[in-house]
Amino acid sequence: MNNLSDFMIVSAMLFGIGVYGLVTKRNALRLLFAVELMINAANLNFVAFGQYLPFEGSAQTLAPNAFGQTFVLFSIALAAAEAAVILAIVVVAYRLHKDVDVSELKSLEG
Amino acid sequence: MVVTVGSAIVALEAREIVYGAIGLAGSLFGVAALFFLLDAPYVAVFQIAVYIGAVAVLILFTVMLVREEKWAKETPVTSISRIAGIITGLAITIALVVAAIDTNLGQYTTISNSATFLDIGQLISTGDAPVLLVLALVLAASVVGALTLSRVDREEPR
Repeated sequence: MNNLSDFMIVSAMLFGIGVYGLVTKRNALRLLFAVELMINAANLNFVAFGQYLPFEGSAQTLAPNAFGQTFVLFSIALAAAEAAVILAIVVVAYRLHKDVDVSELKSLEG
Repeated sequence: MVVTVGSAIVALEAREIVYGAIGLAGSLFGVAALFFLLDAPYVAVFQIAVYIGAVAVLILFTVMLVREEKWAKETPVTSISRIAGIITGLAITIALVVAAIDTNLGQYTTISNSATFLDIGQLISTGDAPVLLVLALVLAASVVGALTLSRVDREEPR
């Protein structure tokens, strides 16, 4: 585990599992799990590329891999906000329909 | 790596959704360990605090709120949909892995001077300060939105 390709392979596997979950699952909470897995795969790639292919910008006083890590910090905060909103939507959908199966939410159909 | 990927599969395939939530927490913990391996301790600690501390607990509470007995026997997805999902996931994974191996990215080694807390803090508070402000507004808006959505109207009984 000391090569850029290793981290990219782990990230690709996480992303593939997330895609599989998005395609097959009907439970809204499982869909949220799948989306979280895909977000984490992307974050892992950001940090790995920041560590191995450092940004050579104008700010020479900073360590060059700080940029990828800073980006991932913002991404994690954004993912947390997204998870909070989705869970609130799930609770409301359950209160209205007594179910969290997305194929049963007929009232959302156009 | 095994913990990360294995827990991810458990998160999606566990029969009981509570075990799925615990599997997701394990997978996120594995990603945090990979961040430690990548010499990014600040991001790893942030990941543990936010995901395992907040998001996993939030998911567990939601599962408890919306849980029903019929979930225990979650309706099995039809086999054709499952096969389609497996094919799609495998195709994307194989394509990405082949793309990762086929490049010459393996020649790069880790850089020597790693980012310290000081560097990240300096970057957040100077260059990326507008991003930080917008993110604070987004977080506040999401909290207000979540509270509004889950508000119980006491006036009109459902």
